[in-house]
Amino acid sequence: MTAATEARPDGAPDGVPAEETARQADDSAARDGGWRALALQPALIGLGVLAFLVWRATAELSETEDRQLGATVLWNSIREHVYLTVVAAVVVLLIAIPLGIALTRPRLRRFSPLVIGVANTGQAAPAIGLFVLLATWLGFGFRTTVIALVIYAALPVLRNTMVGLQGVDARLVEAGRGMGMSARSVLLRVELPLAVPVLLAGVRTALVLLVGTATLATFIDGGGLGVLINTGITLSLDSLLISGAVLVALLALAADWLGRVVEHVARPKGL
Amino acid sequence: MSETTSVPSPGATGDRNISGVSIRLEGVTKRYPGQDRAAVDDVSFEIAAGETVMFVGPSGCGKTTLLKMLNRLIEPTSGRIHLGDEDVTDQDADQLRRRIGYVIQAGGLFPHMTVAANVGIVPRMLKWDRQRITERVDELLDLVGLDPAVYRDRYPRELSGGQQQRVGVARALAADPPVLLMDEPFGAVDPITRQRLQDELLRIQEELGKTIVFVTHDFDEALKLGDKIAIFDVGARVVQYDTPERILAEPAGDYVADFVGAGATLKQLSLTRVADVQLEPVTTALAGADSTAVVAAAQAAGDDFVVVLDGRGRPISWPTVAELSRTTTVPVTVDERLPVVGLQSTLNDALDTMLAASQGGVVVTGRRDSLAGVVTVETVMAVIQQARAEVAR
Repeated sequence: MTAATEARPDGAPDGVPAEETARQADDSAARDGGWRALALQPALIGLGVLAFLVWRATAELSETEDRQLGATVLWNSIREHVYLTVVAAVVVLLIAIPLGIALTRPRLRRFSPLVIGVANTGQAAPAIGLFVLLATWLGFGFRTTVIALVIYAALPVLRNTMVGLQGVDARLVEAGRGMGMSARSVLLRVELPLAVPVLLAGVRTALVLLVGTATLATFIDGGGLGVLINTGITLSLDSLLISGAVLVALLALAADWLGRVVEHVARPKGL
Repeated sequence: MSETTSVPSPGATGDRNISGVSIRLEGVTKRYPGQDRAAVDDVSFEIAAGETVMFVGPSGCGKTTLLKMLNRLIEPTSGRIHLGDEDVTDQDADQLRRRIGYVIQAGGLFPHMTVAANVGIVPRMLKWDRQRITERVDELLDLVGLDPAVYRDRYPRELSGGQQQRVGVARALAADPPVLLMDEPFGAVDPITRQRLQDELLRIQEELGKTIVFVTHDFDEALKLGDKIAIFDVGARVVQYDTPERILAEPAGDYVADFVGAGATLKQLSLTRVADVQLEPVTTALAGADSTAVVAAAQAAGDDFVVVLDGRGRPISWPTVAELSRTTTVPVTVDERLPVVGLQSTLNDALDTMLAASQGGVVVTGRRDSLAGVVTVETVMAVIQQARAEVAR
């Protein structure tokens, strides 16, 4: 017997499954669609940046506003904001992914409700309360801000790492072990690659959360674009308030886009 | 393209090529904490090299647990396991498993790896060089009837269920292990595909002579594939361990008799291969030939249908003489619903195929899928009646 004869019942003439052509078409359509959607987002972000620059160049501003929205000050705020986000994100990844992996291993599985509970509390607590509480305990500044951000953003990465790994068909793990792959090798070559899409979705969520939450850093002397917003509120200068909010939104969109690109590229083929 | 070779029934070992080793279990027991009864209770068991042994029994009887203890996916609580002359009970489990092929339902293929990468997993772990792995992968795909050039670089989701299962078998055979463990491998495919996969396994086994342990819940499958069948009761207690013929003829007690079922005479159909019965000759025609001549030949032979063959002698359709007389040339279209079985198929398969196609017969193919003849429902009935008569005597 050959593949050709087997393919007969489902209506394909010569060893080619009938659904196959359709599937490949689907696949390439999805991939094209994916890239098109990915191209749209940076275009919108670019448009937003352009609109802001045009407004900045043409608007009549008071001396205070002009100084606050000056290239150096603005650029420093953005840099601080991005730096906070990146450092917090790296720490989140370094903690949450290994923790998520550990908590899905048979030996440690029983601790997972406990850890998820703690992480849930971290995210459920009002962010501003978390920032202030930590600051009164650990002091103001960059270090405390990063710690607060990490506590706040660890949950989505941790949860998605665990959900992604738990979503891997147990029979595949058994097949791997049954062929003589070590537990480590099954984790690295089967479980993690298959969990990548879910895991990266969690990373993207965390990134967006971080960009947004980093605006609160200003209250505990952590810098960032929150300074602009806060100044706008205290001095009743709407132009500063809105500029800060718009820039944070654009930054969050950019982070989200970056996450999507990585998800798209890192998604294992064949899924 | 694979070959379908005509073979005697798999029970006849004779001068067959055997690359398997024997398996011996001594007082193997598996006890789970918190359970009173052992899942596997003091089982001693021997499987000869090169034999296919089918494990059957009700669900929860411990047959799968016993299978998984052979490659120590489940560690025995006590007892010894020997492969050939080697006691493997305390060997490194990962190293051991690389020497034992393992096939599970739906193949258990890794969806993010191509067919070639899936098949090459064990050879890569054994650090074969790349050239050797590539050659081995192609050889194995060929063995299981998949054209390497077409299927090598595909992902599992681009394959049908039956094709995935073939790749699963190829993967298990990759490092040429002497023992193959199969855990209900054909449970998730449709009956027609399952029948073909079974035929394929018989052919591969004839060629390689591995020691195969095969868990199934389908007693007909056990009759068809097994050199021996082990029937288990709770705690993996072996109730009967014998050849299919003897289990049907002399079931050990009511438990086995119940398991075999009331239709024991019908079960003979699962023991009789298509190759064992007289095939009916049939008028054949080459696709595209002149219809009138073919119709005349069929009428002369007294046939009311004609089997149309393609250029390589493979049957593609079987129009009736009446249908054919309305055409000028023999149609070249492939009839998707043409009922086909191989020579190693059982009469049970043949009857199933007829019923599925609502036809009174099936086309039988032999080497390289070329036509071998036709089996009709009358032939099957005759075998049933003969079996009945033998039972009555």
